[in-house]
Amino acid sequence: MTDAAPAPFRNEKALKRLKKRRAADTRFRFYGMSAIAFALAALSLLIVSILSQAISAATYHVVRYDVVLDPAVIAPAGKDKPADVARNIDGFYNLLRSNLLQTFPDVQGNRLETRELGDLLTRLAVLPVAKSVAANPTQIGQEMTIKVPLNDDLDLYLKGAVSPEARLKLGTVEQGTETAPGRVTLSGPNAFKGLQSLISAQRAEVGDAVDARSILVTSGPATGRVVSMSANSLEMDLLTGSAADYQGARPLARVIALPEAQRNVSDDQIAWTLALKDMGRISRVPHFSLLTHTDSTYPELAGALAAIVGSLLTMLVTAFIAIPVGIFASVYLEEFAPRNRLTEIIEVNINNLAAVPSIVFGLLGAAVFLGFFGLPRSAPLVGGLVLALLTLPTIIIASRAALKSVPPSIRAAALGVGASKMQSVFHHVLPVAGPGIFTGAILGMARALGETAPLLLIGMVAFVADVPGGPTDESTALPVLVYSWATHAERAWEPMTAAVIVILLMFLITMNGIVVFLRRRFERRW
Amino acid sequence: MVQQLGHLPMGWLLLALLAMLASGGFFVGRVQAERFNGAAGSVRVHSRPNYHGYYVAMWTFVPALVVALAYAMLGDGIVRSLLAGELPANFQNMPSVELDVYLDSIARAAFDHGYGGADRVFSAIANRFLELQGMVKASAIALALASAACGFFLARRKVAPGFRARNRVEGGIELFLFLCAAIAIATTVGIVASLLYESLRFFSEIPFWDFLFGTRWNAQTSAEFGALPLFYGTFMIALIAMLIAAPVGLFAAIYLSEYAGPTVRAWVKPVLEVLAGIPTVVYGFFALLVVAPAIRAVAVWINMTLMSAGITAEPLLAAQPTSALAAGLVMGIMVIPFVSSLSDDVINAVPQTLRDAAYAMGATKSETVKHVVLPAALPGIIASLLLAVSRAIGETMIVVMAAGQRARISPDPTADLTTITVQIVSLLTGETEFDSPKTLSAFALGLVLFVITLFFNLIALRVVQKYREKYD
Repeated sequence: MTDAAPAPFRNEKALKRLKKRRAADTRFRFYGMSAIAFALAALSLLIVSILSQAISAATYHVVRYDVVLDPAVIAPAGKDKPADVARNIDGFYNLLRSNLLQTFPDVQGNRLETRELGDLLTRLAVLPVAKSVAANPTQIGQEMTIKVPLNDDLDLYLKGAVSPEARLKLGTVEQGTETAPGRVTLSGPNAFKGLQSLISAQRAEVGDAVDARSILVTSGPATGRVVSMSANSLEMDLLTGSAADYQGARPLARVIALPEAQRNVSDDQIAWTLALKDMGRISRVPHFSLLTHTDSTYPELAGALAAIVGSLLTMLVTAFIAIPVGIFASVYLEEFAPRNRLTEIIEVNINNLAAVPSIVFGLLGAAVFLGFFGLPRSAPLVGGLVLALLTLPTIIIASRAALKSVPPSIRAAALGVGASKMQSVFHHVLPVAGPGIFTGAILGMARALGETAPLLLIGMVAFVADVPGGPTDESTALPVLVYSWATHAERAWEPMTAAVIVILLMFLITMNGIVVFLRRRFERRW
Repeated sequence: MVQQLGHLPMGWLLLALLAMLASGGFFVGRVQAERFNGAAGSVRVHSRPNYHGYYVAMWTFVPALVVALAYAMLGDGIVRSLLAGELPANFQNMPSVELDVYLDSIARAAFDHGYGGADRVFSAIANRFLELQGMVKASAIALALASAACGFFLARRKVAPGFRARNRVEGGIELFLFLCAAIAIATTVGIVASLLYESLRFFSEIPFWDFLFGTRWNAQTSAEFGALPLFYGTFMIALIAMLIAAPVGLFAAIYLSEYAGPTVRAWVKPVLEVLAGIPTVVYGFFALLVVAPAIRAVAVWINMTLMSAGITAEPLLAAQPTSALAAGLVMGIMVIPFVSSLSDDVINAVPQTLRDAAYAMGATKSETVKHVVLPAALPGIIASLLLAVSRAIGETMIVVMAAGQRARISPDPTADLTTITVQIVSLLTGETEFDSPKTLSAFALGLVLFVITLFFNLIALRVVQKYREKYD
């Protein structure tokens, strides 16, 4: 049979057509693969962009202050009770600020610079210090090391997120002389040639815009802003430190692409920050306050604690309502419901409810729970109720599937030994369907945890500075916090938002992990 | 004394009371029934003692529960209306909103254990409020106890050897199960009723047709309520989303079910479903952070190119920082799994015999898919697309964060458009009063949204059902 009979389909034309058809087949297959590649690429882009932002928020910079807790400043006579000390934000702020002013005595007398220097420290950042000192009053009058977060814009600068920046190590400076107050000339043979060529390269790229760029030259604690230069000498305004710091050193030059006027941080502030860093007073530490602080208007002080607790309270209310009601409803529909019009309506209803947009549930909550029943706004109780109604169809559908997969033989066996219908269901069917129902419940809760829109409508978007203590307290939730932080204008919120998203995703991954584990462990095929 | 009663923590008290009543009833019923076994009478005992206990507990617990729920829902209102009735004449003439605010402050002062200020009238009213509250609370507890006692004695009298306690208890449980299932109906009724009620109030002020076909939307100032630009924005963004999601989702489903090996399938399918599990607010952030700036940059580049080439004199594209295209693109990514997963199911449900028949005729794999499998699975695929459209129309967070607030009709995908859901959120965030046309219009928009998505869902569900019947 190897010798094929003269095949009418094997003529030239047919072969050509076959080739074409095979090409079409390959193309079709390629479309499918590229569709999947697109979806996977989109998912990876999403995850990578969020993770890369979040990693930058995983650490932040704190400034160390070695100060004597002067009782005259932080606990003046008449206001020296612990409660007063805890509230004395001004006192602590002044204490730390004067420490900064002592570190950089040059700014004295210049009001603008004094204010800018003070901005390195956020006023409210001293609140935890004040509280801890108030709790431990013996520290008053002692010398103490205090660590306070750096201003968020400078934190971003140190993380390299403010502006692109070219760095260049210069040649050895032989001499640094102060020619006028604040004006220093550095000189060294060919020490600045590299910088010159860097600037002319940038000029070729962006034109005269390069003149607006700041060139900062740093050596040890000293930083100056370049005014003019040649290959052998360089003239600059000294921002911090002294001319002596440059003597015999190889300074580092930074060319900051964004002009000073377009940045939130001035050259002076950058110089001070670099000086503090050189003194070893700035360190990059893990950003635990993201988990232990509540919301704040300052990114470096803000944390997600209140939202985490709010989300947990909301989930608790949702779980307490949606899971039992969902299980009972599915038991009724699967095991007891007579096949009549009413149960049919209920079934269509549940399938429809599962596809109703979540924001409609928010409207329901606003009109019925807030408007009609007069429940408190912004409360986890109302949020939990709305989310319970929202997840109920999901849980019912999943539990029904689990109940359906229990073989009828189990029911028959129970009925056969004289159990009533109710006993057969509650003693035999439900325990067997348990893992399946539980996985459905967790998946429903995971969906509820990520839900944002209905919570916005019942007012859970308010700024909440205290950790909610109960389900009727004003509160917010993790996804809502993501929304409100994402809509802040300041750049520093972006990594913070990404970090909160990572926290939220951690919760979701944990919940889904439990589901996968349960499926692996308990899945039974009958 | 009565004032002290006003501070009773009713929630905990009622819970404890209910628990006590239930366990007490159970105990009494069970002990009573256990005696039947000792005295071997002529009658056969029908139910186990526990069921007699459950029966008595049920009849003790349920009446008290009803009273407790009634108190929880009406208690506050009763106190307030009693107090309002006793207030001096000058209060009676107050507008009802002001009176409500005043009563709120009274309730707060009373709740915080007194009011230290100088307003004598205020503190007198606050004290009276506490008295009335104490009276209502005490009577609620008394009523609960009395109704429980009635139920208890009636039920106890029934306990007898021949009494079919188990059947009664199971009947009660079945009723309870039915009520749980009926919550789904109650939810729908609640949604429809609240949307309709508030919308009708809105339409009594704004003509229906002006709302539906007006082209100017300016609700924040309660001035113009023409929702057409909103409908346009919603459908434009949903369209962009479907242009992404329909081909990608469909081809992904075809590849997974027809071409991919079991290992690829086992890995790719769950990963695709991850897309459905990511909260939409995360997509919104992604759109705002990555996609919208990228689209803006591309739009600016296109403008520059066209202008430098002399094709257009002015920028062609709006190139806004938030745009319909950004929202639509990201929404398309979000919707992919809704298309792929359901399509995958229906393609898998097409009987293998159909495929085998096509192969036997010499068709290639793609021809089989195109001419046999897809036509057979078409209803299911359409249903999955419809469900995806409904999902895209109702999606909120992505558009709130990335689509914009400006209501306009513009064919430019890089312009910012607004949608129904965006407006609902911006109208109702931070609002408490439901009586201005501004907030009521949110409910009218919600009604439109509900009707549209319901329409799509009903068709989709119907198609899926028909389809299942065909191949099951």
